[in-house]
Amino acid sequence: MISLEHLNKTFGNHQALTDINTTFNAHETTVIVGPSGSGKSTLLRSLNLLERPESGIYHFNDDNIDFAKPLSSKTILNVRRKTGMVFQDYNLFPHLSVVKNVMEGPIQVLNQKPDAAKQTALDLLDKVGLADKADAYPGQLSGGQQQRVAIARSLAMNPEYILLDEPTSALDPELEAGVLRVLLALAKEDDSMIIVTHNMEFARAVADKILFVEDGKILFDGTPSEFFKQPTQRIADFLAAMTFTTISDKAK
Amino acid sequence: MESIWHIIVSSAPQIAAAGLKYTIPIAIISFIIGLILAILTALVKLSPKRGWFSILKAIAYFYVWLFRSTPLLVQLFIVYFGLPYLKIQGLWPNGIQLDPWTAGIATFSLNTGAYCAETIRAAILSIPQGQWEAAYSIGMTKPQVLKRIILPQAARVSLPPLSNSFISLVKDTSLAASITIIEMFEVSQQIAAENYQPLVMYTLVAAFYAVMCTVLSWGQGYLEKRTSRYLRPLN
Repeated sequence: MISLEHLNKTFGNHQALTDINTTFNAHETTVIVGPSGSGKSTLLRSLNLLERPESGIYHFNDDNIDFAKPLSSKTILNVRRKTGMVFQDYNLFPHLSVVKNVMEGPIQVLNQKPDAAKQTALDLLDKVGLADKADAYPGQLSGGQQQRVAIARSLAMNPEYILLDEPTSALDPELEAGVLRVLLALAKEDDSMIIVTHNMEFARAVADKILFVEDGKILFDGTPSEFFKQPTQRIADFLAAMTFTTISDKAK
Repeated sequence: MESIWHIIVSSAPQIAAAGLKYTIPIAIISFIIGLILAILTALVKLSPKRGWFSILKAIAYFYVWLFRSTPLLVQLFIVYFGLPYLKIQGLWPNGIQLDPWTAGIATFSLNTGAYCAETIRAAILSIPQGQWEAAYSIGMTKPQVLKRIILPQAARVSLPPLSNSFISLVKDTSLAASITIIEMFEVSQQIAAENYQPLVMYTLVAAFYAVMCTVLSWGQGYLEKRTSRYLRPLN
């Protein structure tokens, strides 16, 4: 289980996260929603330690990380191994083939034998529907395919949590669907996932828990049914704005 | 009067021999040492300013500044003719006396290293931040990220400008004549002094440099193709 206590993060004069307190249960899918620039991504990236909050406590299972103190590189690497990260723009390694992208972490970080790593990688590529693209290079794939490879790459590390930062925001709707299907399947397998998304339909379908973040603060922390059925005025406005976006997109 | 053809045929083997014995080895050895220096310098210049790294950083900045701000010919003169007069009691009571070969390779390496360091630094900076983040996020250490993810991609980016530096270096080795190395240019000068055919001799040696640099350009094209295989072919 991950839990956060009193997390604060600033970028220069901008307070990106203010007194964040929440928990992320294992085997659950948590969806983080909120307006652009609200701090959702910063919150997610803090869990992988790509961002370093200035203060607060990060409990990861039995490890307690106090951000007010310097972190040892051992702690950082340990947390990163256990939290797989999927980025909005995939960030695949362009000079490595698809299968090598997936094998890179297991071989370099987990010291797996190349044969074993390759077998795992091929199985994972099969799982995300890209077994036939193993020897292609990322530049030869569509955005949706690249994102599915990125998901396979993070799964290859066998992480305890998979963190997804707007995984479909850069994709066309038809490509988005392919990625969302993969994520739904993972959610059904009870993988532990934390997803930042703007897709409310997907959030409703996949979430065990929803966090609504605005101006760096958590304004809602609860179940999807509460979130969608009994929203506060602010959340109702947010959902209405999101719906309008969807309708106007469809009208085009 | 001897025919031009006869002059060329009789002197070309001597120039070629000097090329094989001096020009090519000096250029290759200096470039390899220079590249190693350049990678280290680029990494130091890009490293965060912390602890003893601040001292290394200062040295790296000074080194690149020094060798890019002074003429190569003057650098050769200082190292070969000047350093023997750097007499420090206890350390070098007789000054630093280098043979021409060592002085040449040291100077060429340091000079090309300073330029290549900037090339490599720029190439590393050109790799998107997302590549670092993706590699860090799966738990790789900084040396792993550099070795496996960043430098292979930076190598492709830096190939054309590094080839520039190598080609320049090959031609700059002609300056080694000034510190008594009998390389191609020096040989052509000596022959010209005997046969009074400076136009033929210097044109001939120029042709030798041109051939070497042309081969290098082909090599660059081949390497660029090989290292770009992963890029989507342009339609």
